[in-house]
Amino acid sequence: MNAKLRERLAFALLALVTVLVIVPVAFVLLILLIRGLPAISWEFLTQEPRSGMTEGGIFPAIVGTFYLVVGTVIVALPLGIGGAVYMTEYARPGKALRLIRLAIVNLAGVPSVVYGLFGLGLFVIFLKFGTSLISGCLTLGVLVVPIVITATEEALRAVPQSFREASASLGASKWQTVSRVVLPTALPGILTGTILAISRAAGETAPILFTCAAFYLSRLPHSIFDPILALPYHLYGLATQATNAPDTIKYGTALVLIALVFGTNITAIVLRLKARRTKRW
Amino acid sequence: MVDTNGEVISRGRAKREGMGFTSPDQDRVRTKIQVENLSLFYGNSQALKNVNVSIADREITALIGPSGCGKSSFLRCLNRMNDLIPDTRVEGDIKLDGESIFKKNVDVVALRRRVGMVFQQPNPFPKSIFDNVAYGPRLHRLCSKSELADHVERSLRQAALWDEVKDKLRSSALELSGGQQQRLCIARALAVQPEVLLMDEPCSALDPISTFRIEELMLELKQQYTLVIVTHNMYQASRVAKFTGFFLNGELVEFGLTRDIFERPKDPRTDDYVRGRFG
Repeated sequence: MNAKLRERLAFALLALVTVLVIVPVAFVLLILLIRGLPAISWEFLTQEPRSGMTEGGIFPAIVGTFYLVVGTVIVALPLGIGGAVYMTEYARPGKALRLIRLAIVNLAGVPSVVYGLFGLGLFVIFLKFGTSLISGCLTLGVLVVPIVITATEEALRAVPQSFREASASLGASKWQTVSRVVLPTALPGILTGTILAISRAAGETAPILFTCAAFYLSRLPHSIFDPILALPYHLYGLATQATNAPDTIKYGTALVLIALVFGTNITAIVLRLKARRTKRW
Repeated sequence: MVDTNGEVISRGRAKREGMGFTSPDQDRVRTKIQVENLSLFYGNSQALKNVNVSIADREITALIGPSGCGKSSFLRCLNRMNDLIPDTRVEGDIKLDGESIFKKNVDVVALRRRVGMVFQQPNPFPKSIFDNVAYGPRLHRLCSKSELADHVERSLRQAALWDEVKDKLRSSALELSGGQQQRLCIARALAVQPEVLLMDEPCSALDPISTFRIEELMLELKQQYTLVIVTHNMYQASRVAKFTGFFLNGELVEFGLTRDIFERPKDPRTDDYVRGRFG
């Protein structure tokens, strides 16, 4: 009887903890929906901010975040996949490789504001890119590369060794094996990991604060060397500076941002489910 | 066939003189692969000890022996698959048509084109049936795009799989049964047009009917290819192979005509094994 009672107690406790985790998230979403939804309209999504952000929409910020995300993918994907392929398929296992892995794990834990300062120093000032879209993309790219590498390595290691052997036995070189068998097999896993990394980057404020985001702009960037508006920083601006802006604009902006992040995450989850269904080795 | 001067002798002459094989009632055959004093090490442990053997051209040679005796390791030496495993070392030599496969200037990739391999577990790529077979030809640009379909069909026919898959070439290879997958892997290996086909326990994961089909297939393939098969199944060796080698603890204990190995083995250890006293 005692064991049974304990079992129940443990069960109840664990259930409670789970609920405690979910409640705040649900609460945040609920508040955002209730207070932000009235702001969402076609005009809000397609117009630029006016009268010191107290009127109008957030179109340039949406576009800016979109550009940032695309640019980050362009920077991080080749670097991350290339690094991971080298480490799992080419490099000889040993002390050096372990050290590199350790460094990458640590890089993934570096606070994003440090990346922001790094981007300010290297891209904005030293390379003279200025406060611009390209500085932001490079900074966010560097920020997510460790995550892309880790996810890609995991996906590559999940490819059965027998595929590599089969390919080699047919007279394929290492690169042919990697490019024709290993990478295509690992692709769903790589994409899932990458999308999750990107959705994190989309919501980052600190790295873009120093490198690319303008506080207020009424037009879209004309080149990669122009500053941009981005949703996270725009939200920060709305919340701290534009005190006379109506609350609905602030909540609406937050709602759009979180919808974007959730949207990308759901894409990743769907992709993973699909890959799991077709996987049979 | 290599004579004492290391010269490659023409097939005709080898046939006339019947060199290389000492068994009295043996048919006269040409040597395709000559293995000389081969030892293999994984790190500090020795997997093969001083193996000497001649493998006959366009015949089936079976390698038998208990698990862990080195027969698979030996097979993987013949196309240098052991190169993929870190920390392996080889001593001695293997000559394919009289040329060493371990020389510095040997292109391993080219070697594996000539010496194909079928593995214990069917391991088709997660691609369509067509793309699996077309993998090798595409790699090596063996034929033009327009000829590719014919080439794939020919390979699948050779592997006795065509009739079962001709209507679903575009569907995934992973949807096939185990026996079909193994024949697909054979077709994939044949599509590269190798000279030698190594088979590492190709039937161990298959049911008796699939096994029978693959054995039939081996007998057909020996018209064109040199086959070396590793098998756990002694009956399989006696059914298909002309020559049989018995491995024990990394040593090639005995090698000769299959019927000699099974009916009048010279070594008592071989006798014990083929009579089922151990292993």
